[in-house]
Amino acid sequence: MSLLRVDRLGKKFGGVNAVDDLSFEIRPGAVYSIIGPNGAGKTTLLNMLTGVYQPSAGRIVFGEHDLTGCAPYEYARHGIARTFQNLQVFFNMSALENVMVGRYMQERCGLVSALLRSRRLARAEHACREEAAELMRYVGLQNYLYASADAMPYGALKRLEIARALATRPKLMLLDEPAAGLNPTEALELDDLIGRLTGRGVTVVLVEHNMRLVMGVSDHILVLDYGRKLAEGPALTVRNDPKVIEAYLGSAVSHDGTFGETIADAVAVAVEMHR
Amino acid sequence: MISGTMLARLASPRTGGLLGLAAVIALLPLALTNTYFYDIAVLVGLNAIVCIGLNLLIGYAGQISLGHAGFFGLGAYGSAILASRYGWPPLAAMLATTVAVAALAFVVGRPILRLKGHYLAMATLGLGIIIYMVIATEDKYTGGPDGIAVVPFSIGGFVLQGERVWYWVVGALLLLAAWLALNLIESPAGRALRALHSSEVGAEVVGINAAEHKLMVFVISAVFACVAGSLGAHYSGFITPGKAAFLHSIELVTMVVFGGMASTFGAVVGAAVLTTLPQLLAAFEDYEMMVFGAVMMGTMIFLPRGVVPSLARLLATRRDATADGEGNGV
Repeated sequence: MSLLRVDRLGKKFGGVNAVDDLSFEIRPGAVYSIIGPNGAGKTTLLNMLTGVYQPSAGRIVFGEHDLTGCAPYEYARHGIARTFQNLQVFFNMSALENVMVGRYMQERCGLVSALLRSRRLARAEHACREEAAELMRYVGLQNYLYASADAMPYGALKRLEIARALATRPKLMLLDEPAAGLNPTEALELDDLIGRLTGRGVTVVLVEHNMRLVMGVSDHILVLDYGRKLAEGPALTVRNDPKVIEAYLGSAVSHDGTFGETIADAVAVAVEMHR
Repeated sequence: MISGTMLARLASPRTGGLLGLAAVIALLPLALTNTYFYDIAVLVGLNAIVCIGLNLLIGYAGQISLGHAGFFGLGAYGSAILASRYGWPPLAAMLATTVAVAALAFVVGRPILRLKGHYLAMATLGLGIIIYMVIATEDKYTGGPDGIAVVPFSIGGFVLQGERVWYWVVGALLLLAAWLALNLIESPAGRALRALHSSEVGAEVVGINAAEHKLMVFVISAVFACVAGSLGAHYSGFITPGKAAFLHSIELVTMVVFGGMASTFGAVVGAAVLTTLPQLLAAFEDYEMMVFGAVMMGTMIFLPRGVVPSLARLLATRRDATADGEGNGV
């Protein structure tokens, strides 16, 4: 029984197929990574899997529910949470309140009891605050319990998004480039955090460029190129797949010979994958 | 320990701020030496009630409205027509009007709150203008541009009359409005509003239906404006369409921005300053509006977040600076 099933999914922007005829399944309890060169359609895919974009074709089935065409909040209510590559932190609130917003689905109450602040709501608010603080400690933000979100460093904000997503008690958590912009130490701590997420029973979908992280934590890898599936399978198989190596290295060679930044990256990745 | 938590509770905006506001309302009459001053204070209170509601929409949820004078006007005329023309008991007229305005805000808000930024401003502006036009032209019911007389507010046999009585009624309702707004902001729904203000997609992916929350706060703010309009009509005893006009909408938004967005007490301060300032500046005679404009510009340049949040931040940094200084001394 798959947790998430994507069936012939497609997304067109004008005449460009950002994602094209893509099908795959995610089983519960694993780390499923999606990799691919820049512009391969990874973030577009993630946006469709959370209702932020509506697909042009295909279906998204989560558990028993066909969520194709649903709004983002409906995806969340079915148990899909996410973080963002470009942070979507609520900078007008404290760090703790950011995580408390993540508890919205469990805490939400009628308008009248919100306006009159019923006794039950006051108690629930207290519990919500405690739980949010607990989650902040869990992701390693114990030093920012009283911080305002707009005064936090980048690495901490990335963790804050993870805490907020965790607060929704998701079944599936989509992490969009969690290691981007982190220093090597912070990136290493991320391995541990992702491991603990699956330990909690959360299935993780990881979109990431940091191959060390991907190869370290993934059970299953999907490789995208030009919006299509290039390869898919267990991490060990994929890293040795000649097509994958070619996609990363081949694009580098086909250029005009000058080693641009992305090309150097690709070579480094390919070398790392061969190790 | 207990005193510590009690102190913390007193310092919170909800309890501490409400006590402060209650103290100001209770002590202000010592400075109000004649009925003219009471009259200004009542007007401040009514504007403050509208601004507290409007601030929920603009300051917290980040949605602009340039048409809230329309809801104020509908409240005033609804009460006036039902109570004065058809002889309804004023309280029943007020409740019926409020329900009708809430329904209108709900129906109109649904399509227009999909718009963002300037487009939402245009749509709410249009709504306000339509309401104004209806009030100004349906003279069979509204009296048209000449206005309409309104019976005094009465409950049972008791008639609310005189500035001093109204002062306490409006003061109590202002406290109630502030209490409701502060409760809402500190609730899950209030956090949802602040969240969608900052990042709509961020709010949606944790399960918040942004459209539903925008609509809810739009209706609440319309109800606040409507109730203040009803009360204002009964208080002044005579209303003209000017209260529903575009200029009044702008005044209300200005009060919110001036006092400080996303600050309930800022909305009260904004309403107080911008309602009293023209009276205080009367001494400048012909130059009154120029000085008024200069004060506004100066405030926004030097206190860009609005009066209350800017001063709060200034105090906080100063306190931090002293704390740092002591730390260095040791």
